[in-house]
Amino acid sequence: MSGFWEAWLLIITLDPDLYEIIFLSLQVTVSAVIIASLIGLPMGAWLAVNRFRLRRYVIAVLNAFMGLPPVVVGLFVYMALSRAGPLGGFGLLFSPIAMVIAQVIIITPLIASISHQTIRDLWAEYHDLLISMNATRSQRIMALLWDGKRALLTATLAGFGRAIGEVGAIMIVGGNIEHATRVLTTAIALETGKGNFAFAMGLGLVLIALAVIINLLIHIISKTERARTW
Amino acid sequence: MVSILPLTLTNSTAHMRGKKLVGPVDYCLEAEGLTIVIGPNGAGKTTLLRLMHGLQRCSGGEVSWAVPAYDARQKQAFVFQSPIMMRRRVVDSLAYPLRLRGMAKAEARRNAQSCAARFGLEDLLDSWAPMLSGGEKQKLSLARALIIKPELLFLDEPCANLDGRATREIETILQTAKAESTRIVMSTHDMGQAKRLADDVIFMHKGRVHEEGGAERFFSIPITPEAKAFTNGDIVE
Repeated sequence: MSGFWEAWLLIITLDPDLYEIIFLSLQVTVSAVIIASLIGLPMGAWLAVNRFRLRRYVIAVLNAFMGLPPVVVGLFVYMALSRAGPLGGFGLLFSPIAMVIAQVIIITPLIASISHQTIRDLWAEYHDLLISMNATRSQRIMALLWDGKRALLTATLAGFGRAIGEVGAIMIVGGNIEHATRVLTTAIALETGKGNFAFAMGLGLVLIALAVIINLLIHIISKTERARTW
Repeated sequence: MVSILPLTLTNSTAHMRGKKLVGPVDYCLEAEGLTIVIGPNGAGKTTLLRLMHGLQRCSGGEVSWAVPAYDARQKQAFVFQSPIMMRRRVVDSLAYPLRLRGMAKAEARRNAQSCAARFGLEDLLDSWAPMLSGGEKQKLSLARALIIKPELLFLDEPCANLDGRATREIETILQTAKAESTRIVMSTHDMGQAKRLADDVIFMHKGRVHEEGGAERFFSIPITPEAKAFTNGDIVE
């Protein structure tokens, strides 16, 4: 129990190290979710609206990529960003940007795939209407994204859930460097490795609380699950 | 203003998964009046309307307009049997076709408000469109179609699921639209409605235009035995 109390004490005394970790976790995850949503949502809508020869295979690959192993993604991003890699010149390895890149790669297929399924159903409903109204391809995609926004929030939140709890890839590309790239999940892994199970559990509770609070806030702000809203 | 009509169907056919739905059809839709498409279930009424409007691709023959197809598409609208409601408030649903045409949001919403008033939807402006009653949804569909002032309006059994009062309201709106020079093509199962509204009739049977002509003549002296049976209320297979 001492670890819990220690963690609780750190929270209520506004421990700067803990809050630095929390803020970096949020900063990296929210950035990754925003970027992945900007890519994944239109990609899902585009796949739902357009018919082309290899569409089924693209969707199958996208669905398969939902389960991308984070450590493998971390390894690829590490190789790409390391000195000898193609992007080594940017000096991004072991930085929060590298962590965001890895998370974007991990959660974009998830967001795209869920949004594709949502938009596909909406497109089946809207198809005749939008064609009849002579909406252009981009107007159709915009209408579907806008009208399906509450359902698409689920896709975004699924991405957020996966990103905030991710450890394998960001450990590899971030390096878990104190005051630089240490986030909640990597801190938990470190404390567990040191045998500080109770403190690690305390941090874990903070992580869970954070995920729940963010989800609740977004639901409240977007007015989902309220009667007579769509 | 250049008219998109006449609309000409030349030897037009429509297939779905190898099965012929309609055709071959030769028909010319002239610039004025209200045409009612009637016929038994599965005769091809809906497919014919979709073919004319461009929602159904021609598998053979041709559908041509007096103007290029893109211009023609801009000046027509379609009202579906089951109203398709966008997940928006009534005012935004009404404004949407105008927004598609590049109108500024504020102006489109102003137009939507005045349009809603004309259609008796002014109290529902802030309601969510999918939450409306059946009659209100169909009125909204009609208002959304007419807000762009189409030259040609297609309606696929718009009163199929409505009660007498809602049907009368829809018919009044259609007669007003017709008086304002909107060319109307509408399918219906309701012979009474067909007689009340039609200037011309297309009688569909087994995917073909079996008989067509002026409503007065059609309802008093139908030529073919099938049309005669149908107008008498007999079962036509």
